Amino acid sequence: MANPTQLGFQDASSPIMEELVEFHDHALMVALAICSLVLYLLTLMLMEKLSSNTVDAQEVELIWTILPAIVLVLLALPSLQILYMMDELDEPDLTIKAIGHQWYWTYEYTDFKDLTFDSYMVPTTELLPGHFRLLEVDHRLVIPMESPIRIIVTADDVLHSWAIPTLGVKTDAIPGRLNQTSFITTRPGIFYGQCSEICGANHSYMPIVVESTPLIHFEAWSSLLSS
Amino acid sequence: MAEDIKTKLERYKTAPFDSRFPNQNQTRNCWQNYLDFHRCEKAMAAKGADATPCQWYYRVYKSLCPTSWVS
Repeated sequence: MANPTQLGFQDASSPIMEELVEFHDHALMVALAICSLVLYLLTLMLMEKLSSNTVDAQEVELIWTILPAIVLVLLALPSLQILYMMDELDEPDLTIKAIGHQWYWTYEYTDFKDLTFDSYMVPTTELLPGHFRLLEVDHRLVIPMESPIRIIVTADDVLHSWAIPTLGVKTDAIPGRLNQTSFITTRPGIFYGQCSEICGANHSYMPIVVESTPLIHFEAWSSLLSS
Repeated sequence: MAEDIKTKLERYKTAPFDSRFPNQNQTRNCWQNYLDFHRCEKAMAAKGADATPCQWYYRVYKSLCPTSWVS
């Protein structure tokens, strides 16, 4: 989850998010370099140190056309690389369906037995010590760590969106459509997210919590719930 | 062939990647497998043949389709 007054990304918990953070750092550096250059030139101009009688400047025109084109290519290449990487689906180990309702999520694990449960936010008055306000749920989405997971996102009524920042996942939940996303968690832990498409009065109160745990514990949990 | 399908069913983990539906929208994948299962069952019943191969489509649509859509 985000800490109070946090401005940057949460630490990455999936390989895709790691790539996204690196790309963001790269793009931010490019943006910083361009802004510094512009600020410098602006200062020079304001101090009247850039006046000139030139009317024809073919060479510099060429430079400040080619250079930005190169910069754009340097941005586009890693961006497209990550875009295609996000669409790759290694054979998943598990498929889970996340169905958005007003105002809770339903999770279905139907690869073997039928395991279905609803996930409601824990109201503020019922929080336990150490719990996070407006982020905790009664039943978490438990998954085995370091395994490719396929999530099929859909909705039952209006638009919702299933998002977990630390995993780099955000997928719209559209009634009548099955949207596929996938991720691998690099470590065990509890990862929080919130509904990311306005869906009515309690849009801010239908969080998502993923619990990533070793396979043995996942199997124990799913046997317990399936019985 | 029936032996292969039994082994394939035993080793089933989840719906595998289907190159007919390579993109994010998997609605058609769910629909196609649901249709294929029911057509397979009907065809096997008409022929009086073993319907075990149809179980593959059943497992795939069960993995992909929301329960409320298929119940």
